[in-house]
Amino acid sequence: MHHTVEIEGLSYSYPDGQLALENISLKIGPDEKVALVGPNGAGKSTLMLHLNGLLRPDSGAVRVGGLPVTEDNVGQIRAWVGLVFQNPDDQLFNPKVFDDVAFGPLHMNLTEAEVRTRSMEALDAVGMSGYAGRISHHLSLGEKKRIAIATVLSMEPKILVLDEPTAGLDPRARRSLINLLDSMVCTMLIATHDMRLVAECFPRTVILDEGKIVADGQTESLMTNEPLLAAHGLEKP
Amino acid sequence: MHFHLTDAYQNTGSHIHRLDPRLKLIAVIGFILCVSLTPVGAFGAYSGFFTLTMLAALTARVDPWLVVKRSFIALPFAAAAITLVFTMSGPSLATLPLINVPISAPGVVRFVSILFKSTISVQAAVILILTTHLTEMLWALGALHVPRVLVSIVNFMVRYMFLLAEESVRLTRARNSRSAVLGGRSSEPGIIFRARTAGRMIGNLFLRSFERSERIYQAMISRGYQGQMQQFDPPRIPAHDMGFVTGFLLVSLAILIIALIG
Repeated sequence: MHHTVEIEGLSYSYPDGQLALENISLKIGPDEKVALVGPNGAGKSTLMLHLNGLLRPDSGAVRVGGLPVTEDNVGQIRAWVGLVFQNPDDQLFNPKVFDDVAFGPLHMNLTEAEVRTRSMEALDAVGMSGYAGRISHHLSLGEKKRIAIATVLSMEPKILVLDEPTAGLDPRARRSLINLLDSMVCTMLIATHDMRLVAECFPRTVILDEGKIVADGQTESLMTNEPLLAAHGLEKP
Repeated sequence: MHFHLTDAYQNTGSHIHRLDPRLKLIAVIGFILCVSLTPVGAFGAYSGFFTLTMLAALTARVDPWLVVKRSFIALPFAAAAITLVFTMSGPSLATLPLINVPISAPGVVRFVSILFKSTISVQAAVILILTTHLTEMLWALGALHVPRVLVSIVNFMVRYMFLLAEESVRLTRARNSRSAVLGGRSSEPGIIFRARTAGRMIGNLFLRSFERSERIYQAMISRGYQGQMQQFDPPRIPAHDMGFVTGFLLVSLAILIIALIG
């Protein structure tokens, strides 16, 4: 198993016929950290939903860890790809924190002891060990975002895909989340508008606009290309 | 603004709080069954049941008056039986002035019995809610083989009810902050205008909930959900909990049997 994501010539249209993604090709290597940036409606979230088979391309192909995303492989691929949604209230659908963190491993048919160990380790990894018995509804957004990440870490994914992890956080919660992302070693793809986060933690950046990849390269060099950033509604950090 | 779903739960750390939630649920259902089967007019039995609920409240270290007060929620429903007072045959106690309707003695006994039985039953449920966390209760329902679909629905309702309530408060606030009045103009919008606004808000809430449910489902299948909710195997019921609840149910049953024989 090599923790790669390979997308070749992916095109996808919404059910209403509107073209969302057009001829996307992207290859992410093992343990590479890539940021996906671009204006609202560029197709970032739609692209992410293809990575664990929630959406299937109209044409082109997606391969994760060498396996094509097909009906037969989708179970295995969902165990490899941890997808964290933008709004933690969608990700945390159980009243109690522990039940949400245990949801993934429980549905992988692990033993109870394994599920408990993995869940506690995942909470520990995001610095939320004391929160297992808490009610999700009572937590702050920063706490919910961290626990949302724990809900996929407990599945021990090889590839982490996060949608807007720092959106709506106050500076302290944002900082602690950045430190968390920085400390993790795995293949990682995030969609974000937070250009300072990108500059700090993600060596490679992909700019998506109107469903097309318009730039793919080293963050350092892209960030200095102000005309390019401005053309796609982005700002230099 | 924050709605709390654990308002009802009061953790005093008593023995009743620590009882296995499955047993508590069974005890309350059994107790309510005994109360409902008690014949009309068995006021001795009612006071026996009432003593039991008050003892349970004291053991749980929750305010007995609070338990009684909350049980009054049953009164409006029980009051639907008021017609019995006038419609049952039997000797009449008095006659209502002006409309000349007789008040039947057996009707009064039956009505008062219904009041007692319903409030006592609700008291047991109130103690259950005060001493059992909602998440424990949901777990107990699942462990007692209530269909998982039903338990999941209640689970989602508990998780999202308050979020929805907060959303509706935000919508109302947004409406109110744009309901400005210009000096010298009528400030009362017509009923049709207000109804239309309310209708749009309800529609809006429905659409938001619908979209949210789609996203939740995606989050579920991302984490391996394949149409069947998994749960840990429930642990064994502790023997001393079993003894306690069996004792409680036996006392309730004894009161019922005495009332039936007497």
